[in-house]
Amino acid sequence: MTDALSRLLSTRDWLMADGATGTNLFNMGLASGEPPEMWNIDHPDRIKTLYSGAVGAGSDIFLTNSFGGNASRLKLHGAQGQVRELNRIAAAIGRDVADVAGRPIVVAGSVGPTGDIFEPMGTMTHALAVEIFHEQAEGLKEGGVDVLWVETISAPEEFKAAAEAAQRANMPWCGTMSFDTAGRTMMGVTSAQFADLVEKLPNPPIAFGANCGVGAADLLRTVLGFVAHGTERPIIAKGNAGIPKYHDGHIHYDGTPELMAEYAVLARDAGVRIIGGCCGTMPEHLKSMHEALETRPKGPRPSLETIAAALGGFSSASDGTGDTSGEPRRERRGRRG
Amino acid sequence: MADEDDIILSELSDDELVLQMHDDLYDGLKEEIEEGVNILLERGWAPYDVLTKALVAGMTIVGADFRDGILFVPEVLLAANAMKAGMAILKPLLAETGAPRMGKMVIGTVKGDIHDIGKNLVAMMMEGAGFEVLDLGINNSVEKYLEALEKEQPDILGMSALLTTTMPYMKVVIDTMKEKGLRDDYIVLVGGAPLNEEFGRAIGADAYCRDAAVAVETAKQFVARKHNQLNG
Repeated sequence: MTDALSRLLSTRDWLMADGATGTNLFNMGLASGEPPEMWNIDHPDRIKTLYSGAVGAGSDIFLTNSFGGNASRLKLHGAQGQVRELNRIAAAIGRDVADVAGRPIVVAGSVGPTGDIFEPMGTMTHALAVEIFHEQAEGLKEGGVDVLWVETISAPEEFKAAAEAAQRANMPWCGTMSFDTAGRTMMGVTSAQFADLVEKLPNPPIAFGANCGVGAADLLRTVLGFVAHGTERPIIAKGNAGIPKYHDGHIHYDGTPELMAEYAVLARDAGVRIIGGCCGTMPEHLKSMHEALETRPKGPRPSLETIAAALGGFSSASDGTGDTSGEPRRERRGRRG
Repeated sequence: MADEDDIILSELSDDELVLQMHDDLYDGLKEEIEEGVNILLERGWAPYDVLTKALVAGMTIVGADFRDGILFVPEVLLAANAMKAGMAILKPLLAETGAPRMGKMVIGTVKGDIHDIGKNLVAMMMEGAGFEVLDLGINNSVEKYLEALEKEQPDILGMSALLTTTMPYMKVVIDTMKEKGLRDDYIVLVGGAPLNEEFGRAIGADAYCRDAAVAVETAKQFVARKHNQLNG
């Protein structure tokens, strides 16, 4: 147990992660369609402000501004040659912020999806994905991150490739998938299937869980799915602050700091060890979450009904786990062999 | 599976074959779909009937199960792939026979957004429903959209964004269309995981479509309305 995250986990019941990256950067003037990663070079002061905002609000972990920092995504902007540099700087700015915080802070190197579909349906191969993630991982490692943080993944193939890249870079890592389609990932993965997938990896992550998706209630239903599956591994919850709305040229997520505080407490009570936000989660949300986690006593594990009553209803009746025998199934004709 | 369970497509009646093709589309069996299309054509079916009764009807089932969370992206991609193979046979014949035109769509993912899975699904399902689709791919600037609108003169513009950081760009495109007085010439549909109806309205789109099946339904409604207006 030599990494900073495992050390913190061994001394604390829960840790707070950070909130949104994109939403915060928009508020600092990022233009829509422009890659946030370029700001690591062009506006390091604003990236420092982003990280400091999370630390100041009580986060124990923050993610680097490197979500889209893989060659496949940076290629859109002709910046595929800058993968190593952009990730190294994203991490180095984070290291500087963490090291003067006066308490242990984990710098987590954000690794988002390539955006490509795996073969046979798409063009991405396992070998290429490992290479792409590995290049990014080395940049983040060079800049001094404590762990790699793979997030918003939909395809099992992509998750496995990221795991292998972490191994190749000899880095501890965490990984979350995004469950945004009827309680499953876009590629149809259920919470139970993901929990299984994680344990079968040769180098399982320190912690695993869910991020983004649709609203805080859905995210906690996914968490209950992990718990029901009997996982012993620390669980991560990073849910969106409500749903996006458009106001006066800006995107605003409608989840209030009070709602996110409810979400944070319910997440902890459900058994989550690492609690944070995703899109729309600003420092004021984090402060409110932190205060609630510090002051409110631990309660029993919430039921789906409790979650829906506190955070709003779910986006679908079922999430594909548990008893699905009552679900509609198409009557099939004979299959040919 | 044992040989005696095998279904020989050419031995099925027309009705049974069409139902079997719906199943084969559902299972994404590309070669079987090609075979089925060819058999129906050999039996004297009009290309347009093969398209609507076998392929479009089959993809409607796929679309409904996708909408209802029974099928997911990998299965739909396989089905669309099989559909495409059938369409490749029908396309030249449809042009020759002057089959009715559903409408035309220009579609693309906005600038900065690499995620094109949803957009691809919409494009495939729209083609599956008989629309002509020009796919601009990913990472489109407002200039690229306008150029395609002018050149292609579609009925519909479809835009997709999957990231918080790229969704406001849809508004940039719509605002530019307004400035140039082009907005009302097109039906503008938007989609993508972080979006919702209210967002679609706020940025000035005609509709937000939550998935590919809804996009097809919405497109049909708007095109019908547009044609009615023109006729009236």
